[in-house]
Amino acid sequence: MKNIVALRVNGQARESAVADNLLLIDYLREVLHLTGTKQGCDGGECGACTVLVDGVPRLACLTLAASVAGSHVETIESLAKGGRLSALQQAFNEKLGTQCGFCTPGMIMAAEGLLRRVPDPSVEQIRTALSGNLCRCTGYTKIIESVQAAAAARDIHEGAPK
Amino acid sequence: MNRTRYRGAGQRIPLVDGIEKVTGKARYTADLFEPGALAGRIYRSPYAHAEIVRVDVSEALRLPGVVGVITGADCDKTYGILPIAQNEYPLARDKVRYFGEPVAAVAAVDDATAAAALKLIRMEVRELPAYFTAAQARAESAVLLHDNRKGNLEREVHHEFGDVAAGFAAAELVREEVFHASEVTHAHMEPHACLAHFDPERDHLTVHSVTQVPYYVHLMLAQCLAMDTSRIRVIKPFVGGGFGARTETLNFEIICALLARAVGGTVRMKLSREETFLTHRGRPESEVRMKIGMKRDGRLTACQLEMIMRGGAYGGYGIVTILYAGALLNGLYDIPAVKYDGYRVYSNTPPCGAMRGHGTVNTRYAFECVLDRMARELGLDPLDVRRKNLLRAPTETINGLKVLSYGLPECIDKVEQASGWRERKDRMPRGRGLGIACSHYVSGAAKPVHWSGEPHATVLLKLDFDAGVTILTGASDIGQGSSTVMTQAVVEILGIDYRRLRVVANDSAITPKDNGSYSSRVTFMCGNAAIQAAENLKRILVQAAAKRLNVAPDQVQCHGEVYQVAGEERQIPFNEVVAQALVDTGTITTKGTFTCPVEFQGGKQRGGAVGSTMGFSYAAIGVEVDVDPDLGTVKVEKVWAAMDCGFAINPLSLEGQVQGAVWMGMAQALCEQTQYNKDGKHTAANFLEYRVPTSLDSPDIDVAIVESKDPNGPFGAKEGSEGPLAGMVAALAIAVQNATGVAFNALPLTPDRVLDGIAGRKRPARAPAPAKTLEGVPV
Repeated sequence: MKNIVALRVNGQARESAVADNLLLIDYLREVLHLTGTKQGCDGGECGACTVLVDGVPRLACLTLAASVAGSHVETIESLAKGGRLSALQQAFNEKLGTQCGFCTPGMIMAAEGLLRRVPDPSVEQIRTALSGNLCRCTGYTKIIESVQAAAAARDIHEGAPK
Repeated sequence: MNRTRYRGAGQRIPLVDGIEKVTGKARYTADLFEPGALAGRIYRSPYAHAEIVRVDVSEALRLPGVVGVITGADCDKTYGILPIAQNEYPLARDKVRYFGEPVAAVAAVDDATAAAALKLIRMEVRELPAYFTAAQARAESAVLLHDNRKGNLEREVHHEFGDVAAGFAAAELVREEVFHASEVTHAHMEPHACLAHFDPERDHLTVHSVTQVPYYVHLMLAQCLAMDTSRIRVIKPFVGGGFGARTETLNFEIICALLARAVGGTVRMKLSREETFLTHRGRPESEVRMKIGMKRDGRLTACQLEMIMRGGAYGGYGIVTILYAGALLNGLYDIPAVKYDGYRVYSNTPPCGAMRGHGTVNTRYAFECVLDRMARELGLDPLDVRRKNLLRAPTETINGLKVLSYGLPECIDKVEQASGWRERKDRMPRGRGLGIACSHYVSGAAKPVHWSGEPHATVLLKLDFDAGVTILTGASDIGQGSSTVMTQAVVEILGIDYRRLRVVANDSAITPKDNGSYSSRVTFMCGNAAIQAAENLKRILVQAAAKRLNVAPDQVQCHGEVYQVAGEERQIPFNEVVAQALVDTGTITTKGTFTCPVEFQGGKQRGGAVGSTMGFSYAAIGVEVDVDPDLGTVKVEKVWAAMDCGFAINPLSLEGQVQGAVWMGMAQALCEQTQYNKDGKHTAANFLEYRVPTSLDSPDIDVAIVESKDPNGPFGAKEGSEGPLAGMVAALAIAVQNATGVAFNALPLTPDRVLDGIAGRKRPARAPAPAKTLEGVPV
């Protein structure tokens, strides 16, 4: 059974015919070909598919596409604007918060959700906010440093939404 | 190479493909779409050990939307990473040997249809007894997994160097202990995936896959599909980690290609996380009997090791693993006599293979624990005992391994200081413990897996009218940063702006063959090849500049973006040099190669090439833990790692590699283990039950870089991403012992194991599933 679902994805209004059982991750990846959102597990274990739904981190692999009707879904593809990386993207790049890169989109989106809520997080707050996002390459040290650097940079350049 | 200033090498630069990764633009295999691609799925054995009577796919074939189904009948060729141990079919024929082994595969119009078709496949079997431990499989009455392997032994190794009996006789303290290490797996974040396109009109196959060693996938595809290699193209897109899992050609890669040919089109296969666990090739469950002889002053006199590995159902890399476990007893310390007995055993579990620190980790864990305990028994500082047994480079070990650069002493010093070892080790509060241990690893196997006579590494540089330099390489960047390191090497030689460079990697139709990303070989070998290719290009550019400037080549100074006449102000920019260089010749391609000379390829003993390398990396790791005596939980508070990588071509990247290796060692020591139930079913094939540490479980890891400048490494560099792992496993075990006063001889150090230890009860290694018996079949 398919229904027409209206939502916004990365700022763009969309109407799609969506099967009742279609997961948001498959909608993003297989229908819209927004492949930045990754699938790393069989459901809810690794965080690689983290996106923002109305600004809140959500696992796209545990979310039905139909359930986000009327919402704004933001994926990793939305963060760089006008040829400029976001503060988090820049920090993950420069501080080596990414190695193989597979967990990176989900990790950055989870951190983005954190920084919008807590612009100047403590290390413990960062660790807690990212605890649902597994990384197998970095040991997390440089990921934490990346988020800290991004938080500092946002204060200066973007004006943290305090 | 003596330099005081570096332009490319030695710089902390981001990964050259970092922007693709942080923007989500990086395309991994599962991100590739092709119009009309069919979905591929694999039917897997629900039996751990059985003779196949019949596989009935007729009903699956009748399901609307199913385009093709293949079984073992469709491929009668075996494959495997070692030419001497190819005993695996892509799809089982005659027998299945582990729960989850591929038996049939379906291509359908969509994934749901393919999944539905799997449910219609019927498999009729005669079950056989199944063995889930090495001991069960080695029992005299056990049936054989492979008819030609008596006692279910894939390989036994018996090596003795020096006079071991005399060494133990001369010892003033001898200790022998048995350790148990559970099986662990790579758990790279990207699940396995493959995209195979077969063009029936041209009889041509193109495969995109997640491999670390594309050329070997290429060879195995040709072998299993009985195609000429020239009709196959293999491309490696971005790969989401490997850690050794993808050094072998894996069953799904061949199955996907077989399916694509069967349907005459494109098949896209995305394995689930559970299937990725079942594909395995990780570090085997090991029983390690370690005996060490020591003088009262801490000087080692002899070492004896018996290693038994439960290798899983097929050969894979097993022979190399069991050889590594013995060979790399040497090369870290000076041990006058060493005896090694290794047994690699077939079992009805998913095949093991190469995993970060290949073969050496459980050996090192046991060795460092026993050494540490003996030092304490003798009232010596364990670090001083290690210092007492240092090698003196350059040297050759008793089993024929050359050590030319040796930064271990400095690594020990750095960790001792950073951790406050001297002041703190005996004054830790209750429940706290410090531990330090050492480890090493090869910078590439000096003898390649396949002795083809080709150079061990080949890198091409292409320079064209656009004044851009393209690095053409087959080296597989799987996240470790090989493309970045090669870029830095070329920039270091040519001195040009980074933005002139691009890397084109891993397309067999375009890039030169590379032996692949295994044994930490890429920086050392491809780095050297890249340097040579860049020097060859520079020579051409200097000659062109000389011609344009009307001077002799030796009067031209290369400053990268400008070429200048020595002692004069006359200079021309790089673009002009390039334009001159292209006159009459057009596009310029230079080549660099590298080969490890035969004298580095190990001792004369059988299997002596395994463990040989041109440069060993060295590491010392210090760990501070806090053990909760009521909960049994081990919290790793802090890690200090010192890494002798020869020279850090990219210190930022090196730190990341060391942190990742140390962390993976922590994971093995603390929480990770595969688990099989009484039927041989993997009961932890997900991230909830196979416990991978999260950001909350993970400590800060400080990295100190030690640069011993290897005489043969690129700019003096050696490997930096495998060596530290084993030291971490050992250091953590030692720290927990120091925190609790209990000597644990089994991994992982789960809360229940720690609690039982503290309570004084001796807990055996995790109880294995009993051998599966069948009525009327002797076990």
